[in-house]
Formats: sequence, C-alpha cells, structure tokens
Amino acid sequence: MAETTADGAAIPLNGNGRSKGYLEEKGFWSWALTLDHKRIGVLYLLTTLLFFLVGGIFGLLIRIKLMYPGQEIFSHHVYNVIFTLHGSIMIFLFIIPAIPSGLGNFFIPLLIGARDVAFPRLNLASYWIFVAGILIMLASLLRPMDTGWTFYTPYSAKTAADVTLLSFGIFLIGMSSILTGLNFIVTIHKLRAPGMDWHRLPLFIWGMYSTSIIQVVATPVVGVTFLLLAMERLFGIGFFDPAKGGDPLLFQHFFWFYSHPVVYVMILPAMGIISEVVPVFSRKPIFGYKAIAYSSLAIAFIGFFVWGHHMFVSGMSKTASIIFSFLTFFVAVPTAVKVFNWIATLYKGSITFESPMLYALTFIFLFTFGGLTGMFLGALATNVHVHDTYFVVAHFHYTMMGGTVVGFLAGLHYWFPKMTGRMLNEKLARLGWLLTFIGFNVTFLTQFFLGYKGMPRRWAEYPAQFQDLNIVSTVGSWILGAGILIMVVNFIRGYYAGEPAPANPWKSLTLEWQAASPPSTENFEKIPVVTDWPYGYAKRKPEGNE
Amino acid sequence: MTNAYAAGEAASRSALQIDAVFFFITAVSLFFFFLVEGLLIYFAIRYRRKKASEDAATSDVKSHLVLEIVWVIIPSLVVLVFFAYGYVVYRDVTTPAPGSSDINVVARQFSYEFKYPDGNTTVDELRLPAGKPVKLIMTSQDVLHGFFLPDFRLKQDVVPGQYTYLYLQPDKEGTYDIFCTQYCGVGHSTMRAKLVVMSPVDYAKWAQAAKTAGAVMSLPEKGRDLLSKSGCLGCHSIDGSVKIGPTFKGLYGRESHLEGDREVVADEDYIRESIYDPGAKIVRGFPNVMPTFKGRLSDDDIAAIIAYLKTLSGGKSEREEEKKEKGERKK
Repeated sequence: MAETTADGAAIPLNGNGRSKGYLEEKGFWSWALTLDHKRIGVLYLLTTLLFFLVGGIFGLLIRIKLMYPGQEIFSHHVYNVIFTLHGSIMIFLFIIPAIPSGLGNFFIPLLIGARDVAFPRLNLASYWIFVAGILIMLASLLRPMDTGWTFYTPYSAKTAADVTLLSFGIFLIGMSSILTGLNFIVTIHKLRAPGMDWHRLPLFIWGMYSTSIIQVVATPVVGVTFLLLAMERLFGIGFFDPAKGGDPLLFQHFFWFYSHPVVYVMILPAMGIISEVVPVFSRKPIFGYKAIAYSSLAIAFIGFFVWGHHMFVSGMSKTASIIFSFLTFFVAVPTAVKVFNWIATLYKGSITFESPMLYALTFIFLFTFGGLTGMFLGALATNVHVHDTYFVVAHFHYTMMGGTVVGFLAGLHYWFPKMTGRMLNEKLARLGWLLTFIGFNVTFLTQFFLGYKGMPRRWAEYPAQFQDLNIVSTVGSWILGAGILIMVVNFIRGYYAGEPAPANPWKSLTLEWQAASPPSTENFEKIPVVTDWPYGYAKRKPEGNE
Repeated sequence: MTNAYAAGEAASRSALQIDAVFFFITAVSLFFFFLVEGLLIYFAIRYRRKKASEDAATSDVKSHLVLEIVWVIIPSLVVLVFFAYGYVVYRDVTTPAPGSSDINVVARQFSYEFKYPDGNTTVDELRLPAGKPVKLIMTSQDVLHGFFLPDFRLKQDVVPGQYTYLYLQPDKEGTYDIFCTQYCGVGHSTMRAKLVVMSPVDYAKWAQAAKTAGAVMSLPEKGRDLLSKSGCLGCHSIDGSVKIGPTFKGLYGRESHLEGDREVVADEDYIRESIYDPGAKIVRGFPNVMPTFKGRLSDDDIAAIIAYLKTLSGGKSEREEEKKEKGERKK
C-alpha cells in the first residue's frame, strides 16, 4: 500500500490509507520548525494579516484625527507617529510579504506540480528572519518613529526617534524578502512538473517570477541605504546631511531606486491572481496568455527606470525630470495591455459571481481608475500641482489597496477551500465585499478632490476650507473597516465551521486543485504529468472531483 | 472656493496653463474610463451564466495578434501626447520671465522668511506687487520643506545646502495660501504662510513704511517685530493658546515644569538661554524641536524681546492664572 515519492521516501499514511493532510500534525514546534512550504505560507499569511488589521486600525485613527479641523484627540506628534506606523506596517509587514511570501509560498509548488520549494530550510530561515525584523521594529516603539515611511533625510538623520533600530528591522525584513525571491526563482526554474514548459505555466507563476527578480535585484539597495543612514546617525559620517557635506537628494534617489520597483513587487503577483480567477469564473481560456506573461516581465524591467517620478519637485535637475516623466508613461502600456486582455477574457464567457470573482472584477475596476489617475502624476505640469497632496494619497490607495489588497483578497477567497479544506460562507463574503467596495470608494475618491484643492499630505490638522470632504472620507473609512471586519469574521467562521470543501470547488484546471483540500504534506500522491496549458476551459469540461 | 470639489480660483497664467493640462488629461482619461469600465460591466452582465444555458460552450479564442498590437499602439500614442503636453507647460512655468526681481526665501521649522531686494524682511507673509514677475530663490536652514502655492498650481521643495527656484507671475490682487508640502516635523501642518498680491501703488507704500518703521520703534515694539520676523510666532502664541511651543502670554515670571522633574522660573537668563540653546530646558509636554537663534539674534535683540515679553505678563504665577481661568469658566 505504501506509496513512494519521486525520491523514494515513503509517504506517511493516516488511518484511512490516505496520505496525511498538511494541517493534521499539531503542536507549537511542528509549526515553528516546519519545512513544509504550505505551513510556512500559512505562518506568513497569519503574520501579515495580523499586521494588516493593526495597520488598518492606525488608518482609522488617522481619519478620526482628520474628521474636522482642530480635532485634538491626540497631539500632532502622536499623529505623526501614527501615520508613520500606518505606512511602515502596511508596506513592510503587509503588502510586500503578503502575496509573495504568503500565497506564493503556499501555491508556487502546488501550481507547478512540485512537492516543495527548492530550499525548504532557507524558506524557514527567511520566515524567522522576517519575525526578527518585526521584533526589532517593535522595539523601536520605545522612541517611536515620526519620519513617515519614506525616512527622508535630513529629518530622519536629526529626529530624536529611534530611526537606526527601525531601519535595522527593515533591513532584516528586506533580507528575508531577498531569500524568498531567490528560493522562488530557483523553484520555478528547476522544479516544474514534467511537461510544464514555460508557456504552460499558470500566469500567477509568471507574476511571481517577475516579482522575485525585482526582490533579488532591488532590495539590496534599500538595505545599503539604511546602513548609510545608520552610519550617519551613529558615527556622524555625512552621506545625506548637507551640514556634514552630504546631499539629501542622494537619499531620495537611493530610496526610490528600491521603493519604486517594489510597488511592482506588490502589484505583479496580484495581477497574477486576477489572471487565474477571471478565466475560471468565465469558463473561458485566458485571452492573450503570452501578452499577459511577457507584460509582467516588461513592467518589472521598465519599473527599474522610473524612480525619479517621485522627485519632480525635489530640486532634481529639470532634464532628469523630463526623462523620468517620459519613461514613466511607458509603464502604463504593459499595464493597460493586461487590463484589455482580462476584459477580452470575459467576452462571450459564461460568467458567475462567486466572491473570488467579485474581488477580481473589483480589482480591474479600481486598478483601472488608479492607473488613469497616475497619468496626472506622470505628466510634469500637473504633477507640480498635485505632488505631495492628497491626490497622491488617493492615487496610491487606489493602486495599492484597490489593486494589490483587493487582488490578495480575491486570492484568499479563491484559495481558502484549498488551504483549509472548508468553504467560506458566500453570503457573508459578499456582504464583506460590498461594504469594502463602497467604503473604499467613499474614503479615497474624496481624497482626489482634496488633493486637487491643495490639501498637503501628512497634515495633522487643516484650515476650514477642507472640512466637507474630510468628514466624508472619515465616514467612508468606517464603512471600509466594517467590510474588512465581516471578512475576517467569515474567515474565522469558515475555518472552524465552514462546509467541507471538495478538492476542486471552482472546477479549475490548474494543478493545485488536483491535490486534496487541504493538500497532503507531499502535495500530490504522484507528480502530475502536464500535457496542456491550464486554461482550456472551452475545449474540455473539467471533472468535479479528481 | 464655495464648491467643495473645485480647486481654488486660478490666480495666474501658470494656473490656467496647468489647469488646461489637467482638464485635457481628465477628458481623455474619462473617455478611456467609460470605455474600459463600461465594457467590463457590460460583458459581466451580458455574458453572465443563465441557468438554462449552464453548459453552453464558451468561445475558444485564445488570442488575437491584431488586437494586441492595436491596444499596445493606442495607449502608447495617448501617453506620448500626455507626456508632450505636460512637458511643454512644465518648461514654460519653470522658465524665468524677463525682468523678474529676485526674492530670497529661507525656510526653517516651521516658518518662511522672505528677503526683498530693497532690504525689507517679512516672515510668513510674502507681499508682491501685481503684474511683476518674481523669482524666488529658496533654501532651508534645517530639513526639507515644500513651498506650495495651490492657487498658482506651483510647488517646489526647499532643500538645505542648495538653492531651488520658483517663478511667479502674480497677476491678480488678493491673498493666497502658502502651504508646506514636504513633511518637516511636528509643526508641519501649521507651517502655513500667505502671499499678498497688492496693487503696485499700495505695494510701494507698504515697502516704504516697512523700511522706516524699524527706526522709530520703542523697545517692546522692536521686540514684537523681531518675534514676528524671526518666525517665533509660528510656534508660540501671544494669546495663551497652545501651539507647537509654550505660549508667550504670561511667560515672564512664570514657573514652568521641565522635562526631568525640574522647575524653573522664566527670568531674563532663562529666556536668553532658551533662545540660544533651546534644548537645555524643555518645558514638559512640548517637543524639543526649536532651532538655535545664536548668530541671528544679537544681545540687543534679545533685550528688546524680553522687554516685549514683559508686556505680555502681569507678573502672576501660572497657578494663579489657572485658578483665574477656572473661576471664569464657572461663571
């Protein structure tokens, strides 16, 4: 009876003669020292979701402070700390790791038909380095940061807050991100199932592959930047502070050389999820597979040459501004190509609207809006007016939250049955989606108008002329919070009390649905042999349960 | 300004030009917005699965080369136009007009100082004659600041250790907001100034009066003037309200609780020390963010400031003031 894996080891069987589900083993150490990519993925997901909620609470506090002018629930300094924490937590502890390290860890091996990632021990190490980084970031709360998540010098070199400790924490988190990226690149190159050539790869894998390249290439730069900043603070070496002979613009160049490409680390895997969900719920082959796959690489590549668009009014040379503006617009083209292809996939489909599809369509809707508002920021003349105002805040929330976070939620709803072996309650899921969608737009659409009217970002208070829209935005944030809360309740309810999930509830053709729900520790009883691409929905009718 | 959704009235040619780019991009983007979102919603509804036709075969089209080429070329052309229009206007608003006069701007936490060619200096209020182009030559004494004129649609970061420039053509008389857009610390949101555009006749009168005023001021008047010109009043009120720093009202002779469980009575030495070495004694509950004024304010200046502060203080202690306030509230 005992089956063997490809490398000859026996697969452990449970009482029913089936291999054990990856969730069955209990106990702290079985999780803390696990080498199973699925468990490590779950650890990442739980950690990042926790910080999503913490960062969200800070976001709600920001909106409460800005509800009306002269609101004094806490001081300006506390407000500055809160917006810094909101940004740092959301960027470094949620959006960057959530999809790549969380869903990526869980699903890359399953989607390519592998038993694990290429380096399981390195994978575990990168999780614990991530946790160490978080702990150091938390330690910096003794003298909390008030610089904004961008750490601009010379303020960050002078403030009494513990910038050195925090930046060391982010340094470690960056290191974890590099190791994960490296692991994924090798995994995708070397561990694909027999027959899975590059053009049979699911598009989520293409997104993850592009993202991993950016992580490996760009993240070292931010690590070095933070080291330089620490040397300036600790030893007084003048890299960035003009009083010591440094140049504050140099910091901005270093910082955005990493932090601009990293927005594609956030968005590319989310786009990959949309490319999986849309064909499944349209029962149609994905339209323009190669265009979508290669546009991910194109975005990753062009994304390295546009960082200067964060600096049009910084005092950088005019010539540089003009070149960066020109290059920036060409990131828009491969992005638009993806949107057109998703919409073409809907054409003549047979579409159903389960919660993953609702989130996926929301992604396309909001991301298109976010992308179009980026045109105002890419164009030099209009950038001069709206730069550093609420227009920018609204724009990046449409792309980062309306895009990446909504894409992540699409992925969570889509893969929840696979990860837990349970179905979510569809009614609760739709209610959570509806409130999130309404709340999000009420909160952030208003901020475009605030920004165009001239309200600067990072303001702890404002003159009365900005009152009307601010209170609308604050009320919107409560609707948004309620939507997210319902979604979290649904996840918890689903895990403990959801209907048992079949192996393939969405009748999808990608390989992860051939594994059990939840998958066994080895993922597949036998490594599948791939004979076709995974999007042939029109030709053959997928089987319900394998 | 009454419409919550509209920006402030365009105050200059630069504003009209930049608004034109804004409206052009808005119009084109709205077209693509309705096209893309319209198709998204239309397809989603039109091709939703109806129960009867659950097994209906769907189209097996996988790609279409001509379509892919078309929707690479069209966005490329559109963004090229956006780039070109944005660039042309940008070049225009960042090019100095002939015959513009230079005004030096010094930014510091949390105020702006303006130095005029005729020797006048103002703080947090920039006065300009209408119709005459101006070049602002800006630098910062501490951290980054952002000089933003929403009604002119113009913005430029102010950077320590280098000069940056902003070109203004103030056409319409009026008072306009100046905001700081680059986060600069605890007082960032209160770092606001005004631009007052006056008729050339009024401006000449004001400039002349400002010039002669300094010569005939009494000592407390000179102190009041120095406080205003040095930017002190951005953080310290004279009416008792709490801003970034403690209020000047009743400061002289007041007993203050310091960080580190010390107490101090504000006398001449304390005031002098607080101006030259602001970090030495920090009043509890306030951030340590004030820059030193050593080298900017002389001993004579400080004597004038102290003389003025004395006029703001009846010599009562803080507690008596508090009691009095409470008493007033009860009434």
